[in-house]
Amino acid sequence: MEDQSIDREWKKGSAELLLLSLLEALPRHGYEISKLIEQRSQGALRFHAASLYPLLYRLEKRGWIQGRWVEKSGQRRRRYYRLTSQGRKVLASQRQGWQTFVEAISRITGVENA
Amino acid sequence: MPDWNEQIRKHLAALNLAPAREAEIVEELAQHAEDRYWELQSGGATGAEARRIALDEVGGHELLARELRAVERPELPEPVVLGARSKGSLLAGLGQDLRYGFRTLRKNPGFTAVAMLALALGIGANTAIFSVVNGVLLRPLSYPDPGRLLTIYETTPEFSQASVAYPNFLDWRRESRSFSDMGAFRGDDFNFTGSGEPEQVSGEYVSASLFPVLGVTPFLGRNFLPEEDRQGAACAVMLSNGFWTRRFAADPNILGKSLTLNAVNCAVVGVLPPDFRFAGNARVYLPIEQYNSVELRTRDDHPGLRVIGRLKPGVTIEAAQSEIASICNALSHQYPKSNAGHGAKLVRMKDDMVAYIRPTLLLLVCAVGFVLIIACANVANLLLARSTARRRDFAIRAALGAERGRVVRQLLTESVLLSLGAAMIGLLLARWGTSLVLAAAPGNLPRSAEIGIDPYVLLFTLVVSLLTGVLFGLAPAFHGANANPQESLKEGVRSAGGGRHRAEGIFVAVEIGLAVILLAGAGLMIESVWRLLQVDPGFNTRNVLTTKVALSPKVMASPAAIRLAFQQLLVRVAAIPGAQSAAITSVVPLSENDSEIPFWPGAGPQPPQDRTTSAMFYIVTPDYPSVMQIPLRRGRFFTDRDNLASPPVVVIDDVLARHIFPGEDPVGRQISIMVLGPVQIAGVVGHVKHWGLDSDDTNKIRDQIYFPVLQVPDKFMSEAVAGLTLVLRTGPEPLSLVSAVRAQVAGPTQDQPIYAVRTMEQIISGSLAERRFTMLVLVIFAAAALLLAAVGIYGVMSYAVTRRIHELGIRVALGASRREIVGLVVRQGMSLAAVGMAAGLVAALALTRFLAGLLYGVRPADPATLAAVTSLLGGIALLACYIPARRATAVDPVVALRCE
Repeated sequence: MEDQSIDREWKKGSAELLLLSLLEALPRHGYEISKLIEQRSQGALRFHAASLYPLLYRLEKRGWIQGRWVEKSGQRRRRYYRLTSQGRKVLASQRQGWQTFVEAISRITGVENA
Repeated sequence: MPDWNEQIRKHLAALNLAPAREAEIVEELAQHAEDRYWELQSGGATGAEARRIALDEVGGHELLARELRAVERPELPEPVVLGARSKGSLLAGLGQDLRYGFRTLRKNPGFTAVAMLALALGIGANTAIFSVVNGVLLRPLSYPDPGRLLTIYETTPEFSQASVAYPNFLDWRRESRSFSDMGAFRGDDFNFTGSGEPEQVSGEYVSASLFPVLGVTPFLGRNFLPEEDRQGAACAVMLSNGFWTRRFAADPNILGKSLTLNAVNCAVVGVLPPDFRFAGNARVYLPIEQYNSVELRTRDDHPGLRVIGRLKPGVTIEAAQSEIASICNALSHQYPKSNAGHGAKLVRMKDDMVAYIRPTLLLLVCAVGFVLIIACANVANLLLARSTARRRDFAIRAALGAERGRVVRQLLTESVLLSLGAAMIGLLLARWGTSLVLAAAPGNLPRSAEIGIDPYVLLFTLVVSLLTGVLFGLAPAFHGANANPQESLKEGVRSAGGGRHRAEGIFVAVEIGLAVILLAGAGLMIESVWRLLQVDPGFNTRNVLTTKVALSPKVMASPAAIRLAFQQLLVRVAAIPGAQSAAITSVVPLSENDSEIPFWPGAGPQPPQDRTTSAMFYIVTPDYPSVMQIPLRRGRFFTDRDNLASPPVVVIDDVLARHIFPGEDPVGRQISIMVLGPVQIAGVVGHVKHWGLDSDDTNKIRDQIYFPVLQVPDKFMSEAVAGLTLVLRTGPEPLSLVSAVRAQVAGPTQDQPIYAVRTMEQIISGSLAERRFTMLVLVIFAAAALLLAAVGIYGVMSYAVTRRIHELGIRVALGASRREIVGLVVRQGMSLAAVGMAAGLVAALALTRFLAGLLYGVRPADPATLAAVTSLLGGIALLACYIPARRATAVDPVVALRCE
C-alpha cells in the first residue's frame, strides 16, 4: 500500500520528466520505456501500461514527443516515440526546475544529495 | 494465446473514439500486453497468471479508460463513412441514414422531382380510390351495432328481391323471434305548402319502430309513438336536420308546430341528428299509417315497402332466415291467392347498400394498383441508372469497410424517403382526386357522403408508400450494394453491371405488360359504352323533357277535378312556344322507376298467383306515343273518348303480343288486369327498353301494358296520380323550356310545383352512369399507364444508346449505315416491348373476364380490342425507341472512340 502511494506521488510530480529523459538519447517504444523505468529505479518505480500510454499520448498531443510506426525485418511493427525539439527545450527546463527543487528539499531535510 | 485486441477494445468501448485512432491504440497496447505476458511467463508465472496480470496492468480497474478520457477526444459524428460498422443504437444509425438520404435527394433536385411526381401520382390515385373503397365498402354503417341490421326482402316467383306487402311485414314482425324488432319504410314525395314557396320534398313513410331499430336518437324531440303509427291517427312528422335548418332556420321551438304536407297538417315531433344518413335523401318522415292507400291493406300489392330488422344478440343470420322462411310458408298456406310461392330473403344491410358496386370498386382498386406498380418500375429504373453512376461511390465505401447490409439500408432509406415525400404530395392529389371521383361517380353511389380522408386512409397511404419505397428501392439497392470495389474502381462507365440491364429490361417489360392489361380493360369499356349508345331504346330520346308534377292540394280532393286539372295542364303546356306535344305518364322508361301489375288472358277469374304473369304498367294520356315516338304496330292508341263512359281498353307492346298471342292478331282480344278486371286490347305498339339499354333483354318482366289516365277508376285516382311525370317533345333544346313549363304547370293557384326535371337523354346517360364512370376511370388509368410505359422504355433506350456509344462509334467507323444503326437500337427496344406485350396479352386474357359483368356486346377476350390496344402500345413503344435510335445515328465515330 505504502509503496503504491509513493509510486503515485512520484509519478505525478516527475513522470513527464522521466519519460522525456528516457527519450533524450534515442527513440524508444512503450514497453521498452516501462522496462527502463523499472530497471533504472531498481524496481522502486513501475509504470503500468494503463497510465504510461495515456501519458505518452498527452505528451505527443502537446508536441513534445512524436510517435511513429516502425517496421523492422522479421518483427511486428512498433510505435517508437522520439523527442521533438520542443520536447528537448521542455526537458531542459524541467531538469533545471527539478534540480532546484531537490536541492531545496535537501537543504531543509538534511538529506545529502546523492 | 489470449486475444489481446478484443480485451483492450472492451476497455475503450465507452470512449467512443474515432475508429482509426482506436485501432492504433489497441494495436500498441496489445503489443505491450503480449510482451508483458511472455516476460511474466519466462519469470515462472503460469499462462493464466501471466494473462491476468498483463491484462490488469494494461486496462485494470478502468484506469486506462479514465486516463485516456482526459487525453483523447471522443469521436465527432461520423461524416460520410457510409456503411461503416455502426456502434450506436439502431436508431442512431437510422438518423444518420436519414440525414444522408435528405442530403443526397436535395443534391439531385431534378431526379427527386421527377421520381416524386411519378410516385405521387401513383400514391395519390391509390389513396383516392382507397378513400372511396373505405367510405363505401369498409367503414361500418354509422348506426350502433350495425352488423346486426338486416334488410328483409320478399321473394316472389318473378323477383328474388321484391318490396314487401305491408300486411306481410306486420305478420313477420309479430311472429318472428329472431329479431329484436323490425321497421318498414317507403319513399314518397310530398307537396309542402303554406310556409313560403311551395316545394316538392322527398320523404319517407316509416313505421314507428324504424328509428329505434336503427338505433337513432332524435336531435330534438322524440321518435314516433306507436299510437301515432295507427290508422286514423293525427299526422305527426319528423324533419331531417338539413330541412329543419334550411326551411325553419334551425328554429329550436319547432316541436309542436305544424306544417302542411299534401294538404294535411302534420305536427313536428322531432328533428333527426345532422349525421343521420338513410336510404335516399328524405327531408320529412311520416308514420307509415299516414300513407292512406289501399295498397297498404292488401297482400297483392308491393308498394315499394322495404323492411329492416335488428337481429337479437346471438342469433345467426341463418337461424333468422330459416325462421322467417317458415313464417312465409305458413302465410302462403293461409293466403294462397296472394302469397303462394312467396318467401323472404335476408341481406346484411351494408351488403344490401353496397354489394352491387363492390365489383366495380375492386376493379378500380386493381387498375389503380397497376398504375402504382408501373410508377414504381419507372422510378426503380431511374434509381438503377443513378446507382450505376454511384457505383464508384459504393465501391469506395466497401473498400473502407462498409458492410453490404448497411449500404442496402442506406439506399432503402433514400427510396423510402422519396416515397414518403411522394405520399405527402399524393395526399393532396388524393383530396382533389376524391372529389373528382365523386363528381364523376354515378349519382347513386351508395354512402358517398361518408367518403373522405380519415385515419384509415392515412394509414393506408403510409403503408402503401413504405411498401412502394421498398418495392422500387430493392433492386437498385442490391445492385448498388453488390458493387465489387476492385472492378468498379477500375472500370469505366461502359461495362458497368450486367445485372442492371436485366433488371431494367424486366421493369420495362412489366410496365408494358400492365399497360396492355389496363388498355385492354379501357378499350373493352369504351367499346361497351359505344355499343350501348347504339342500342335503340324503342323510342326517340332526343328533345324530350321530363318533369314530375305535383297537383294542387285543392284538386286532389276529387277524381273528377284531378282529371280536369291534368287535361287543362296539358293544354297549357302544349301551347308553350317550342313545345310540340305533351303527355302524362306514371312511369318513365330507363328512370329506375317501375310499376308491375299481374294480368292473364281472357276475362275469367285470376289463375293461382304462381301462374299469372306480370307486365310493366304505364298509365298515360293519349299523346304519349307521339311524344315518345313509340311506333304503333297495329290497331290504335287512346283518344280522349277512352274515358269512364266507354269500355276499358289497353294498348300492349309487341313483346306481350308475341308472348300471349303468338301468331295471332291481339287487337280486339281481351286480357284481365288485377284489380281493374277485363279490358280490351285496342292496339299494339313497339317495345320500349324500360329496364335499361343493356339489361332489358334479360329481365323477367318485359310485357308492357298502357292504360288511359281517363279510365282510372275513381277509387284509385289519387294514388295513381302521385308522382306522375309530364313528358314534353320540344323543337328547341328541352331545358330551354323549363321556366315556361314551370310557369304553365303552376296554374292559376300557383301551388303546383315541378321537380326532378331531366331530359330523356340525361336519363339515358344516368342509366349508363356506372359503366361510363368505370370507363372514364379506366381510360384515365390506361392513359397514365401508357405515358409511364412510354417514358420508361424511352429512358431505358436512351441510356442504352449512351452506354453503347463506343460500340456504335466503331460500327459507324466500320461503315454501318444509318438504317442499320436505327434498326439495331429499335430492335433491342422492341424486343423488350414484345416480351411485355406478350405477357400483358396473356394476363389480359385472364383478367378481363372480371370485367364481363360490365361489358355489353363485346366479349372479354375480344380479338379486335386486344389487337387495337396492342398496336397502339406497339406504336408508342416504337416511337419511344426511335427517338434515341435517331440520336444514335448522329454518333461521330471519332468522338465516340475518344470518349473513354
